[in-house]
Amino acid sequence: MGVDGNYKWVGKRTVRPDGTDKVTGRALFSADSSMPGMLIGKILRSPHAHAKIKSIDTSKAEKLAGVKSVVIGKDFPNLPNKTISIGILAANFSEMSDKLMARKKVLYDGHPVAAVAATTSAIADKALSLIKVEYQVLPHVIDVDEAMKPKAPLLHKKMITVGVDPAPTKASNVASRCEFGFGDLEAGFAAADVIIERTFKTKPAHQGYLEPHGAVVSVAEDGQVTIWCSSQGQFMVRSYCARLMQIDEAQIRVIPAEIGGGFGGKTVIYLEPVAMALSGRAGKPVKMTMTREEVMRATGPTSGTSIDVKLGATKDGKLTAGEAELRYQAGCYPGSPVGPGAMTAFAPYNLENVKTVGFDVVVNRPQAAAYRAPGAPMSEFAVESVIDEMAQKLGMDPIALRELNAAKEGTTAPYGPKFGPIGNEQCLEAAKNHPHYSAPLGPNQGRGVASGFWFNVGGESVASVNINTDGTAVVLSGNPDIGGSRASMAAMAAEVLGIDYDKVRPIVADTSSIGYNDLTGGSRTTFASGMAVCNAATDAVDQMRTRAAKVWDISPDAVEWSEGHARPAGPNAGDFEPMSLADIARTSAKMGGPITGRAAINAQGAAPGFGTHIVDVEVDPETGHVTVLRYTAVQDVGRAIHPSYVEGQIQGGVAQGVGWALNEEYVYGDDGCLQNTGFLDYRMPVASDLPMIDTVIIEVPNEAHPFGVRGVGEVPIIPPLGAVANAVSNAIGVRMTDLPLSPPKILAAIKNGS
Amino acid sequence: MAQIVLTNDLGRQFTGGETTLDMDVTDVRDLIRKLDQKFPGIAEVLQDGSMAVAIDGNLHQDAWLEDIGPTSEVYFLPAIRGG
Repeated sequence: MGVDGNYKWVGKRTVRPDGTDKVTGRALFSADSSMPGMLIGKILRSPHAHAKIKSIDTSKAEKLAGVKSVVIGKDFPNLPNKTISIGILAANFSEMSDKLMARKKVLYDGHPVAAVAATTSAIADKALSLIKVEYQVLPHVIDVDEAMKPKAPLLHKKMITVGVDPAPTKASNVASRCEFGFGDLEAGFAAADVIIERTFKTKPAHQGYLEPHGAVVSVAEDGQVTIWCSSQGQFMVRSYCARLMQIDEAQIRVIPAEIGGGFGGKTVIYLEPVAMALSGRAGKPVKMTMTREEVMRATGPTSGTSIDVKLGATKDGKLTAGEAELRYQAGCYPGSPVGPGAMTAFAPYNLENVKTVGFDVVVNRPQAAAYRAPGAPMSEFAVESVIDEMAQKLGMDPIALRELNAAKEGTTAPYGPKFGPIGNEQCLEAAKNHPHYSAPLGPNQGRGVASGFWFNVGGESVASVNINTDGTAVVLSGNPDIGGSRASMAAMAAEVLGIDYDKVRPIVADTSSIGYNDLTGGSRTTFASGMAVCNAATDAVDQMRTRAAKVWDISPDAVEWSEGHARPAGPNAGDFEPMSLADIARTSAKMGGPITGRAAINAQGAAPGFGTHIVDVEVDPETGHVTVLRYTAVQDVGRAIHPSYVEGQIQGGVAQGVGWALNEEYVYGDDGCLQNTGFLDYRMPVASDLPMIDTVIIEVPNEAHPFGVRGVGEVPIIPPLGAVANAVSNAIGVRMTDLPLSPPKILAAIKNGS
Repeated sequence: MAQIVLTNDLGRQFTGGETTLDMDVTDVRDLIRKLDQKFPGIAEVLQDGSMAVAIDGNLHQDAWLEDIGPTSEVYFLPAIRGG
């Protein structure tokens, strides 16, 4: 190991272990599970954005032949109204339970009010139609700025803003205020020759995973619960279900299905506790699968936002001060990602005077869920747009302006600490020198550049490496494979063990087969679980070195491990024939039993990631349609364990970011109900909308990881919003500040010039 | 002594606005204990999982046993979640 080493498997484009199953249809996703006697569960959802529930009558549904159980809000435990941390997540289980099944009020169109389990899907649908709910419709509010107004409809009559001193005496929709920064803003702006102030808006965007939420849940007669589901963390599902349903974690076994996309949206649960309640009452397994309409109406997109940015610079391009106020939609309960949005907004820059203030605002929409780099794409879009405009006003090249002010090792981040070794400058330099950046542009075409920053996290991971007697190995880890973790874990284990990649079988274990793992999120898995796998493999190697030492009757310290063999560490250790892993494994029974390496860690030292993107667009002046002509994404990944997967992560992030910038938008009617509940109307980019996305991998190793890994999956969704907006603005000569940049907005901007 | 920097919100809630302190501490757990002696109640917030700590630029979450050197710079900041 070692971050600067030459590797046999790390950094190679190995065949993915799950590839055959996925291309042949053998892989099991959540909707593929079934059990004998299984019932079909379905949910009745609110048709109103905001209403009191006056009564629910389920009697007719319960009498329908084939209906085996019916549940409503009162059938779920009431829990303390307190936010607690579970691993790298935080949750208020009182609010979470109310989101699973409404109690006194519905807070958004699609809020669950009742659920049934029946012998067939048709009977379940019929039963839902027989449930009578009497509502008292209340005024609603969707837009974040409208929700902050004093006379806005209140979602929660007792909500007092946290983080304001003195505390307000009146309730509002503003759940909390946060603030970050340092320096003297007044002096910073006084020193500026140019000051730009702009307001930006972004719409909520859904994570857009192709696989809808689904689960099969079996509650046995003795109370043992088995759950087959797709999620970003089987242990998250177990923890949440145990707390929501008030049973011991040991009673629940969660078996992870393959996951058809998550992107943050499967760090929460919607169906599993409901299916538990239905299954427990019916005494039969229950399967629940959302429709696309349910996914769009009732699962978390990220926040829509409204952001003010003020930036000052001297005439030679030195940034003197940056200030931003960020207002984020939280959805029906507090918890928008405005905090990380405020922390990341100016992070790519070295600023002596900086302040960001964020407001978390409840509105009548589903609770915002995490979406790659939660909060950062919106805030960094706003700042990157102003940086681009500043470069134009100063007559500077936009990358040169960024290089002049780039955060580097030793720079104080806007959220407080100093950066360690980071690759921000290297990304900017690679972008500047890329042929894309100097390629000529045609009529109606524009080029945009933007940078992006994300923290990346570590967290708790457990791994086992079992050495088989034939010299192969099985690697068990506890994170669903979303972005290629099986291949990465196998490559790292093969590298440490010194055996071939195809001799290593990586397994994603269920919650009863391995110790606790934080979920797959926060760009943590290759870093943290990879570190656990490396440690577990090293543990196995140490055991094998010890066994070789016993055979040779020398000290274990006199045995080294290289290229899959135990060898005497030097001439003084003795002259012995090297023993291969297979040699040692073959005699494991005689030498103390099976060889199993283990590691259980809370991985520290996650290093931040930076990226710089370049995009060329062409705007049709007659229709306002934007064609993305060319896209180049540069990113510091620390070490690319599997370059193809790294490139895939970057390309996927770009595709989602381009959709957020150009097309994706929630459309609500006057009644507060979502109008575009399918992929035909909620327009995510498809292959024909995008050019081949070129990627440039920069490797500034993270010294905290055995192979130098930084998280990869979140940075690439950050720059596209700003880069695309800058490109369109430059193509039409009008600064565009309101995403998505749909054709009507672009035509209006061309017509009005503003 | 190590330089300790609290968030503005922690300063508002517990320290009367003071956010920078010099303290003689050995690790994160020792720091939290001594901060709580000085500002009663702050430990509950620092230990409930909502806060992370950066020691000399390295971010740590839920890390009571991380060493803090005599000249370390220590920043408390909201825990990072991610998607």
